[in-house]
Amino acid sequence: MARSRPAPVWLLAAGALVGAAAVLPAAYLAVVVFGDFSAAMETALSSRALETLLRTAALTAAVVIASVALALPIGWLTVRTDLPGRRLWAVLCTLPLVIPSYVGAYLLVAALGPKGMVHDALGIEPPSIYGFLGAWIVLTLFTYPLVLIPLRAALRRIDPQLEDAARAMGRGPLEVFRTVVLPQLWPVIAAGSLLVALFVISDFGAVSILRFDSFTAEIYIAYQSSFDRVAAAALGAVLVVAMLLLLFASSRVRGARRVHRLGPGTLRPTQPYRLGRWRWPALGFCLLVVLVAFVLPVGVLIYWANKGISTGSTSWNTIAALGGNSLLIAVWAAAAGAIAALVVAALVVRYPSRMTRAIERLAHAGYALPGILVALGLVFFATRAVPALYQTIALLVFAMTIHYLPLAIGPTASSLVQLSPRIEEAARGMGRGPAEVFRTITIPLARGGVMAGAALVFLHAMKELTVTLILSPIGFKTLATDIWTQTTYGFYEASAIPALVLLAVAAVPVYLLSEQGAAPP
Amino acid sequence: MSHPLSQRTRLLAALAVFAALVPLAGCGFSTEDSGGGSNDSGPEGITLYSGRIPAAIGPAVDSYEAQANRDVKVRFAETADLAATLVEEGDASPADVFFAQEPGAIAAVAEAGLLAKLPRDILDRVPARYRDPEGRWVGVTGRARVIAYNKDVVKESELPPSPFGLTAPKWKDRVGWSPASSSMQEYVTALRAKYGDDRTKQWLEEMVDNGAVSFPDNVTIRDAIAKGEIDVGLINHYYVAQAIGEEGPDYPVAVYFPPGGLGSLMLLTSVGVLESSDRKPEAFAFVRSLLSDKSQAFFTSSSKEYPLAKGARPDPSLSVPVDKIPVSDASLVDLKEIQGTIELMQESGAL
Repeated sequence: MARSRPAPVWLLAAGALVGAAAVLPAAYLAVVVFGDFSAAMETALSSRALETLLRTAALTAAVVIASVALALPIGWLTVRTDLPGRRLWAVLCTLPLVIPSYVGAYLLVAALGPKGMVHDALGIEPPSIYGFLGAWIVLTLFTYPLVLIPLRAALRRIDPQLEDAARAMGRGPLEVFRTVVLPQLWPVIAAGSLLVALFVISDFGAVSILRFDSFTAEIYIAYQSSFDRVAAAALGAVLVVAMLLLLFASSRVRGARRVHRLGPGTLRPTQPYRLGRWRWPALGFCLLVVLVAFVLPVGVLIYWANKGISTGSTSWNTIAALGGNSLLIAVWAAAAGAIAALVVAALVVRYPSRMTRAIERLAHAGYALPGILVALGLVFFATRAVPALYQTIALLVFAMTIHYLPLAIGPTASSLVQLSPRIEEAARGMGRGPAEVFRTITIPLARGGVMAGAALVFLHAMKELTVTLILSPIGFKTLATDIWTQTTYGFYEASAIPALVLLAVAAVPVYLLSEQGAAPP
Repeated sequence: MSHPLSQRTRLLAALAVFAALVPLAGCGFSTEDSGGGSNDSGPEGITLYSGRIPAAIGPAVDSYEAQANRDVKVRFAETADLAATLVEEGDASPADVFFAQEPGAIAAVAEAGLLAKLPRDILDRVPARYRDPEGRWVGVTGRARVIAYNKDVVKESELPPSPFGLTAPKWKDRVGWSPASSSMQEYVTALRAKYGDDRTKQWLEEMVDNGAVSFPDNVTIRDAIAKGEIDVGLINHYYVAQAIGEEGPDYPVAVYFPPGGLGSLMLLTSVGVLESSDRKPEAFAFVRSLLSDKSQAFFTSSSKEYPLAKGARPDPSLSVPVDKIPVSDASLVDLKEIQGTIELMQESGAL
C-alpha cells in the first residue's frame, strides 16, 4: 500500500521548500510577538480579543453552513438533473466569485441599504443589512462558489455505477443521495468549506463596510489607529492558531472518508434525474441566487460605468495597461500556485505522515491572514535577506502565491483523493521511477483539480489589493489598485469601468472552472 | 480517449506565453501618468511614499519634476499601511520622503526614529503650530473637522454650537460618525486634552446611546447624508467641497463649522524626510516645493484644503479663516495619547 511507503526525498524537499515559503508571514508574526512577549499575550488573551474571536467564529460557521446549503442543491441540479440550461446556470452560479468582497459589500449597500436603489425604485425599505446579517449574506454570496466548484467536479467524477446499483435495489433518489452520493462528497465539501472559512476570517473589506466587528477589524485598529505592531502581530498569531484548528477539523473529515475510483477511463454519463414539475422551483432558486449575487451587483456597476463614460473621463489605453498588469501577476501566481499545490497535495494524499501533514498545515498559513500582515511579513524578510528582490514583480508574485496557495491545494488534493493510487503503483510495477510516474501518471490524471486550483489562484490574485500596493514595483498599477484609488475619494463612477474589466477577465477562469463540472461531451 | 481539456490547455499555454513575454519588456505595462511621477521627465530622483491619492498630489509632484529636472517615483497606498511598511523596512527603506494623510502615522514613523531633522528654512515656512516641535515633519495642508448636514432636511440655524450638542434627543439616530477613522480619533484626542477624559467619555457614551451610526470613513458618511440615510455627520470639510465640485451646486450636503469650544479642529497632512535617505538634499528640495506658493495654491484650489505655508491664501470657497480653526497641539499626535484615546473609545462602546 502507498500508505506505508515513505515519500521520495525530492518530493519531500520540494514540499519543505513550499512550506518554508508559505510560513514566512507567520514567522514574521512570531518574531514580533516574541520581541515583546508579555505585551503580545496581554493583547491576544484580552477579553475583547476573545469576544471578537467568538463573534468571528459565529460568522464563519454561519457562512460555511449557508455556503454548503447553497452549493449542494445548485451543484446537484446542474450536474445530475435535466434542469433546463444547466450549463448556463452552472456558469452563472459560479460567477459571483469574481466580485471582490469589498465591491460586493458596497454594491449591496448601494442597492439594498437604507435609502438605497431598491428603496428608490420600489418605495419600500428593506430590513437593515448592517452587522451580522449583512456580513453573513455578502460573504456567503461571494464565496459559496468555493464549495460549488469542487462539488460539481466531484459530482461529475464519482462513479455512477454505485448509484445505479443502489437505485436498482429500489432506493429512492433522496435515499440514494444521502447514502451513496453524499458520503463521497464529504471530502470536497470539507475542502471547500475550509477555503470559505479561511476567507471569512481573513476578510476585511466586506465586514468593515457592513459594520461587523470581526477579528480583522481588531487587527486594523491595532496597527492603523494605535500603530502597535506587537498587538497587530499578536492578533494575527491568534488567526494562525484558528486556522490550524480549522485545518485539523477539515482533515479529520477528509481523512476519515477516502474514496477512490480507477481513473477517468471508466467515466460514463449517468441518467439525469427528471425534475418534472420540480423544475420550476429549481429554476426559481437558481434565478434568485444569480439575481442577488451577480445581476444586482453587476447592474449597479454598469449603471455607474455608464455615468462614468458619459462624463468622458475614461482612458481605454490606461485600462488596457492596467488589465495587462493584473493579468501578468495573476498568471504567474496561478502557475506557481498550481505547482506548489501539486507538491503539497501529492505529499499529503499519497504519503500521509506527521511530516507531510505538517507541511500541508504550514502551507495554509498565508491564507488565514489579512493581506497587510502577509505584505509586512515579506517586507520584513525581503529587506533583510534579499534586498535586490524587494518590490519587484518576482516578490509580488511570490507573495500572491503563498497568500493564495491553499486555494489550489484543496482541488488538487481532492482530485488526487479520488484517483486510485493503484494506477500509480501499476506504473511503478512496470519499472518507472517515482519522478516519472509523477510526471506521466499523477499530473495528467489530476489535471482537472490542478487547473481548478490554478484558476482559483488566478481569480484571487486579480482581485488582490493590499499586497500589491506595498510589494509591487514602484509605479506598477493594476485594475484593483485603480479601483482603490478611485473609491478612496468616492469616485464610484470612475471605478466602475476598471471593476467591470476586472470582472470580465476574472470570468474566463470561472467559466473554465464551471465547465469542469459540465456533462461529458 | 477524448480530452475536453485540450482547448483549455491551449488557452492556458497562450496565457503563460503572454505572461512570460511581458517581463522581458520591462516592469509590466506602463500606465499613463495621471498622478505624478514615473513619466521619465528627467534623471532618476527621489522616491516618495504617499498616503495621498494621485489626484490629490499629482500636479504638485509634476511641478517639482519640471523645475528640478528629476523623476519622482511614487508609491501610493493607505497612509497607515505605508507607516507600518516604513517601520518594517527600517534603514533599508527605498523611500526618501513620506507624505502622510493622517497625523498619527507620521508621528509613528518619527517615534521609530526614522525621520531626519528638517532644515530651519523649511520649518520656518509654516507657523510653529503646524509642525513637529522636534522638527521632524511639517504640515502641508489642513483639513477641518466639521459637521456636514443635508440642507434639504436640516437648517444651519438648527445645528448646535459644537458636536457636544449632537447628543440631544432631537438628533437621535440621525448622526453619522466614523470611530475607526484616524481623523475622528484625533478629534477625540483633542477633546480629551481640552475637557478631560471624564467629559470626553461621557460625550462618547451619550453619542452611542443617542444612536450615532458608525461608518468606516468620511466618504461613506458624506454619501449617507446625501442619500438621506442620516441627516448630519462628523467629517472633514473638504470631502463635501469635492462632491460639490463633481455634482454641482445642487448637491444636498453642506458643511457647518461649529463655532463653540472644539467645534471644529484642524488636522494636518504632513511630510517628512527619511533618515535613511541618501538623497536628502533632493528630498528637502521636494518638501520646499510642496510648501511653495504654487503648490500650496494647487492644494487649496483643487482639493479645497487649507494651505499651511506662511502667506498662502485659502481658496475663496473656504469662508472660515484658517486662524479661527483650532489646531491640535503637536503633542496630541503622541502615540501614547492615541492609544489612550482608542482605549477610551473602546470602553465607551464607540469603537
